[in-house]
Amino acid sequence: MAPAGPRFGDAIFANVERVNAELFTLTYGAIVRQLLTDLEEVEEVNKQLDQMGYNIGIRLIDEFLAKSNVSRCVDFKETAEMIAKVGFKMFLGVSASVTNWDADGTCCGIVLEDNPLVDFVELPDTCQGLYYCNILSGVIRGALEMVSMKTEITWVRDMLRGDDAFELQVKLLKQVPEEYPYKDDE
Amino acid sequence: MGREVSESCIDSLLTEMVTTYCNRFYANKPELAARRIEAIGFQVGHQLSERYTMERPRFSDHLEAIKFICKDFWSELFKKQIDNLKTNHRGTFVLQDNRFRWLTHLSLDPTTENTEDPNGRSENKGAQVASMHLYFPCGIIRGALSNLGIPCAVSADISNLPQCSFVIRIKA
Repeated sequence: MAPAGPRFGDAIFANVERVNAELFTLTYGAIVRQLLTDLEEVEEVNKQLDQMGYNIGIRLIDEFLAKSNVSRCVDFKETAEMIAKVGFKMFLGVSASVTNWDADGTCCGIVLEDNPLVDFVELPDTCQGLYYCNILSGVIRGALEMVSMKTEITWVRDMLRGDDAFELQVKLLKQVPEEYPYKDDE
Repeated sequence: MGREVSESCIDSLLTEMVTTYCNRFYANKPELAARRIEAIGFQVGHQLSERYTMERPRFSDHLEAIKFICKDFWSELFKKQIDNLKTNHRGTFVLQDNRFRWLTHLSLDPTTENTEDPNGRSENKGAQVASMHLYFPCGIIRGALSNLGIPCAVSADISNLPQCSFVIRIKA
């Protein structure tokens, strides 16, 4: 199903229970800070944030499917558009855009110009190498895995590292054929 | 109105934060997990009260500061005020929320728990999970008051779910 116009995500966001974004942003910041203290290694923090995101994504996909009421996407291109236009809007209240498709349509960039996770955030020099928003890539990876798509997601642009936007590169590794719980009797 | 995000964002984040600390980092040391979760809350409360009090005069006494937590602060976070405030006038305050939002989203359904464990041990487990989640709001309140210059200890009482009472003991 094609997304029903650009206002589709807005309509869903308008209907969900919403909370003060400051609370969310500061809570995320405090978690990252505590992880940095506890784990010491920036690499390890990146890994944990990704893992936390993955765990959230595998649960959040159900809510996404239920509230958006979308049916199967015809191809990966449509899936990427759905994440950018409906997924981001529905949960974070911002929309993203999809760019930089490769020739065979299995790799693209999702660009986020407005990102509530980083309001008030500035990284000190000691945090070089930290992918502050790594939870987001984990969420997408987890959610897509639940709909049979194995992906690899990397940050290619990061405003906290001086880039002009946030850009996630989403690469489709393989599409696992759906397994039905039972077979036809033969 | 300020920026908003879907409530599932904060719910998912808090659940995952508690799981990470309780099950992955400190599976056998609940008191360490509790301390970290409280510390995260403290940080959040400290920053939020800094923001919400920017344009207001200093509070003249403890009661005024506590009332601010009950009304303005709570409304920012939960879109409702604390339902009942009690004090012994000797530094202890009890803030009662009749339907504490962050507990109503936890799956503490007693019927399913009883079927899982006939010995009733799981009820304790449910209470344990809930108490782990409560270190975060306790930390928020302590952080907020600490930013207002009021050192205190905060604990939570959930003997009457979904009601939740936060007990603030101000350090003399």
